[in-house]
Amino acid sequence: MSPAPDASTHGDGSGTQVRHGGSPGRSRGRSRGGDRVMVPDADFTSYYGRPIVKAAPWEHDIAYYLFTGGVAAGSSLLAGGADLTDRPGLRRAGRIGSLVGLLLSIVALVHDLGKPSRFLNMLRVVKLTSPMSVGTWILSLHGPFAGLASAAELVGMLPTRWQRGPVRLLLRLGRPAGLVGAVTAPPVAAYTAVLLADTATPAWHAAHEELPFVFCGSAAAASGGWAMVTAPIAEAGPARTFAVGGAAVELVMAHRMETSMGLAAETLHTGTAGRWMRASKVLTATGAAGALLGGRSRVLSVVSGTALMAGSFCTRMGVYEAGMASARDPKYTVVPQRERVERGEQVRHQG
Amino acid sequence: MGPNSLFGPLDPASDAGYTDAPKRKGFFTDTSVCIGCKACEVACKEWNDVPENAFEMLGTSYDNSHSLNANQWRHVAFIEKPAAKPSAPSVDLGMPAVGAPVSDVPQDEKPDFQWLMSSDVCKHCTHAACLDVCPTGSLFRSEFGTVVVQDDICNGCGYCVAACPYGVIDRRRGPEGDPKVGIAQKCTLCYDRLTDGQRPACAAACPTESIQYGDVDELRERATARVELLHERGVMDARLYGNDPDDGVGGTGAMFLLLDEPEVYGLPPDPVVTTKDLPRMFTRAGMAGTALLIGAALSFVRRRP
Repeated sequence: MSPAPDASTHGDGSGTQVRHGGSPGRSRGRSRGGDRVMVPDADFTSYYGRPIVKAAPWEHDIAYYLFTGGVAAGSSLLAGGADLTDRPGLRRAGRIGSLVGLLLSIVALVHDLGKPSRFLNMLRVVKLTSPMSVGTWILSLHGPFAGLASAAELVGMLPTRWQRGPVRLLLRLGRPAGLVGAVTAPPVAAYTAVLLADTATPAWHAAHEELPFVFCGSAAAASGGWAMVTAPIAEAGPARTFAVGGAAVELVMAHRMETSMGLAAETLHTGTAGRWMRASKVLTATGAAGALLGGRSRVLSVVSGTALMAGSFCTRMGVYEAGMASARDPKYTVVPQRERVERGEQVRHQG
Repeated sequence: MGPNSLFGPLDPASDAGYTDAPKRKGFFTDTSVCIGCKACEVACKEWNDVPENAFEMLGTSYDNSHSLNANQWRHVAFIEKPAAKPSAPSVDLGMPAVGAPVSDVPQDEKPDFQWLMSSDVCKHCTHAACLDVCPTGSLFRSEFGTVVVQDDICNGCGYCVAACPYGVIDRRRGPEGDPKVGIAQKCTLCYDRLTDGQRPACAAACPTESIQYGDVDELRERATARVELLHERGVMDARLYGNDPDDGVGGTGAMFLLLDEPEVYGLPPDPVVTTKDLPRMFTRAGMAGTALLIGAALSFVRRRP
């Protein structure tokens, strides 16, 4: 047994490489490493560099769902507004966006379960302490109404001679169902931020103040982008406004999030997540500029709408990947907690 | 829901609605007497029919079971801690000592490291994030104040895995064909033995009583007495972990006596139940959702086509 006293302590900014080959140890004041280290070098101890918290056992389905759920929610809102202001083309784009978003969301959610056959077990309980339970009920409330409105839209595209009996009834239900769908849409866009934040995953929990705004902004940008691509230019004015507003909120709040997260913000700047987040910023800003300046051009509208959707998708992927990276490296769990302890600020209940 | 239901000291069983529950049960793992025999790991596997863990020769001392996970409900950590050799032989002052009697081996022939061994397990938190976030009600609080998965309810959403501040609970990935593949698994504090008045298998198998089972109240006292004794004997590194009902998880049902910082053993130094901040998160989400609704409405009032 030969002890190898150097291992598994990450002393420099680049030091996430784990060597399994000896005892945990600590190194004080080592490293002048990295070029652009944002936070002072983390000096900490771990058990052979192994993670403490476990990363969510989710596939990328969940990141896709964050995106499709946002598109569905924003599209429902646009469809509702378009219906009330007599913009049939925008309404159709919104309702179809909502339907496609919801269907893809359900596929992603069920596919990600360990036991997909037990999907309906989600409906056994209503649990306010579980954002996933709350989200399931939000979707169960929103989904049928939004679905009904989309069905009415599709039926409305049938030849007039088929629009009789139950089909007529369905057409009549389109507006009320669509309006209920619109009012229940914002929770669909917002709860996913709580879903991620209510975990021990450092980068997600640390973002809990701003993430709901980032996700709601992202939903508006993506759904506005979808409508810019699919709706007639003349009717898409509100979609452009919605998209530009959403993009602005997303960019501002994402920036604020990065400054308030502490050490875990590092994961938004590095590796895979860093690439997604950088792409997201470029695409969202470009798309918003395009929507502002060239919204009346069909080509520019399609290009900037696509850029906005892509930007939103990149944001979701970036946040997802940052969380995963922050769970895999014990640094993000140990260092903030150790610093609290050193400052004498352990989390304690004040009687 | 009481005022402390998300954070703060409370009795978990009565908070969960039990009216005449037995006293809260838990573990006190005294790592100062752990010899790393892994009898607890084996007993746990045998009793609970836990299938094979991914076996890896990691070169990390005697630890090849690597972590607590769905197929590893007790995990013994092995740390070979570098120890500075004393420059001169110490003078025997006749003070009481801990551990083995003074040996005749010359100082410079003794190994220059110290063993730290610790059997880790689910903490059965007072405020258990895994239980809070479970959307199916599969995870529940037992009458003993412990946290248990109902295998036939869990649909494998994996939310509990991300919620646990200690990285204990996990979704079972294999072996293929195992009926519990795809669902969350962890220590049950041998629920089936407790209902029969027996000790959990790991505690029964521990040859040094490093793993002690009993009423949490009494274990807390025992732990305090033990750490005081060790301090008196000069083992100033001894400290308790999880015994404070005011801590971030409201105290744990499974507490530990450690001989170094928690993170050396792979434990978080100041864990906090994530649902402590849940009211704030829902408030912020409510604000963001309202802003989205207003933003959508404003987009339409600006101009007409």
